[in-house]
Amino acid sequence: MTDSDTGYLTPVIDEDGAPFWEYAARGQLRVQACASCDELRFPPRPCCPRCQSFDSTWRRMSGRGRIWSYVLPHPPLLPGYAEQAPYNAVVVELADAPHIRLVGNVVASADAPLNSVDPERLRVGAPVRVAFTVAGGGVTVPRWLLER
Amino acid sequence: MATLKDSTAIAGIGQTAFAKHLPGSEKTLACRAILAALDDAGVSPAEVDAFASYTMEETDEVEIAKAIGAGDVTFFSKAGYGGGGSCATVAHLAAAIATGQAGVGVAWRSRKRGSGPRPWKNTSVQLPTPGQWTRPFGLLRPADEIGMLTRRYMHEYGATRDHLFNVALACRNRANQNPAAIMYERPLTREMYMTARWISEPLCLFDNCLETDGALACVVVSAERARDCRHRPVYIHSVAQGLPAQHHGMVNYWNDDPLTGPAWTAARQLWKTADLAPQDVDVAQIYDAFTPLIPLSLEGYGFCGRGEGGPFTEGGALEIGGRLPLNTGGGGLSEAYVHGFNLINEGVKQLRGVSTAQVPDASTCLVTAGEGVPTSALLLRG
Repeated sequence: MTDSDTGYLTPVIDEDGAPFWEYAARGQLRVQACASCDELRFPPRPCCPRCQSFDSTWRRMSGRGRIWSYVLPHPPLLPGYAEQAPYNAVVVELADAPHIRLVGNVVASADAPLNSVDPERLRVGAPVRVAFTVAGGGVTVPRWLLER
Repeated sequence: MATLKDSTAIAGIGQTAFAKHLPGSEKTLACRAILAALDDAGVSPAEVDAFASYTMEETDEVEIAKAIGAGDVTFFSKAGYGGGGSCATVAHLAAAIATGQAGVGVAWRSRKRGSGPRPWKNTSVQLPTPGQWTRPFGLLRPADEIGMLTRRYMHEYGATRDHLFNVALACRNRANQNPAAIMYERPLTREMYMTARWISEPLCLFDNCLETDGALACVVVSAERARDCRHRPVYIHSVAQGLPAQHHGMVNYWNDDPLTGPAWTAARQLWKTADLAPQDVDVAQIYDAFTPLIPLSLEGYGFCGRGEGGPFTEGGALEIGGRLPLNTGGGGLSEAYVHGFNLINEGVKQLRGVSTAQVPDASTCLVTAGEGVPTSALLLRG
C-alpha cells in the first residue's frame, strides 16, 4: 500500500525476504546464499534452485554495481510517483555477482527524490554504488549513486 | 507418443463490438460472444460440456454455463498469468477433447478494460513477491516492466525505435482495413510515432496496446465433428505452454538470460510436436501488448536469429505481401486489446480465407500469447 507520508509504495515483507530489509535498515546490502553450495539467489526463496538445500546465509555485497537497464516512467502513475515523473527506475547488476540484479533508482544523494539525477547522465553500464534511505512505511530501501 | 496433431479443430468464432465503452457487464458480453461462436459453428449451447478460460477473467464457467444453457459440464480449466494464457485455453480444450473428457469446448475472454480499472492500480494485492522487489522503486506498470527489457534489448542488439515503429505501423495498417478495429480509418505516420508522448521511455504511446471493452470466444470440437460444422475446420496442429527456468513473470530480470523469455520455451515444444517449421508459417498473430514483444517473439519462435528481431521488421516484412504478415486484424496495438483472444479469432479468419486483410492462400498460422509472462502458443492449419 502507499505510505501516506511519503507517497511511496511500501514493500510487503515476507518470510523469505525479511532479512534483506533488516540488513538494509543497518546499511548493509546482503544477498541470500545457499549455506550448502554457496549459490547466490535473488529474489529470496525457501530453498536453493541448484542443490535444493533449505539452509541459507546472507552474504554481504560490496555495494558496487552497473546499470543493466533503465526506464523513465511518465504519467499516468500513482500519485506519489506522478509528482516526481519523469523519474528513473533502474536494474543494477552487482559488481560481485553480475547475475544478481536489483530494481532501484539512481538518485543524487540517498534521500533525494527519484528525479534528482538528469536522465542524460544515465547509460547502460554506468557504475553505481549503493546508499540507503528510509522510504515508505519506515522501510529502509537501497538507492544508487552514480560513481564519479 | 500420442499427439494432438490435427485431431481437434476450431469450428466457431464469435465476438462483440470493440470500443472504449460498451454497455452491458462482462458477463453479458461473454455470453454474447460465446453464443455467437456456437451459432457460427452450428452447435447447440446444450452440447457444450467443456470450458476453458485464463486468469484475470471475472466471468466464471459456472455463471456462463448457467446463462447460455450448457448441459452437464465434464471439463473446465483456467490457465494462469493473464495474457500468457490465451492460447492455453484452446490447448486445454484440444487435449480434453482428444482424450475423450469432453466433446464440445468453449474458450472465451471478456473485458471492460476500456472503461474499467487498471489492475496495476490495485497495489495492495501486487506488493508481495515479486512486487516488493520492484514496485516501491516506481516500476509500477507493465509498460515500465517491459520498457526495462526493451532498453536492454536495444543496447545489446542495436534495435531502434524505427524497428518498434515498423511493428506499430504494420498493426495499424491492418486495423485500417478492419472495420471492427478501434483504429479503423485512423492511419499512423512515422512523425506521429516519433513525436508521441512517452509512457515509459523508451516506450511511447504507440508502443502500447489499446485498453478495450469487448469479448471473444471460440468453439473447439474433434476434427471429425468439425467437418460437419458450418465452416471449413481450422485444425489445431500443435500447442505449447512455456515457463522457462528461473523465469519471473513480467520482470524477467533474474534468470541467466532475461532476453530469452517464455516464447523460447513454448516454441521448442510447439515445433517439436509439429510437422511444420517457422518457414512454413504463412501468417502470424503474435501477442502485442507492447511493440518490443514482437521482435523478442520473432526470435523466440525461430523466424530469425538471436538479436535479429529488429532488422527482421525492415522492408515491410510484417506487412501483407511481406516475409511474415503480422496481426492481420490489427492486433492488440490497433484492433483491440482483449488479452490476446482477438489474435486467435483472427488466425481462424485467415485460415477460412475471410480476413479483412487476407493473406492469399494462407494455410498455416502461428498464434501466440503474452511474451514476458508464462505463455502459450498455437499452430493452426486450414
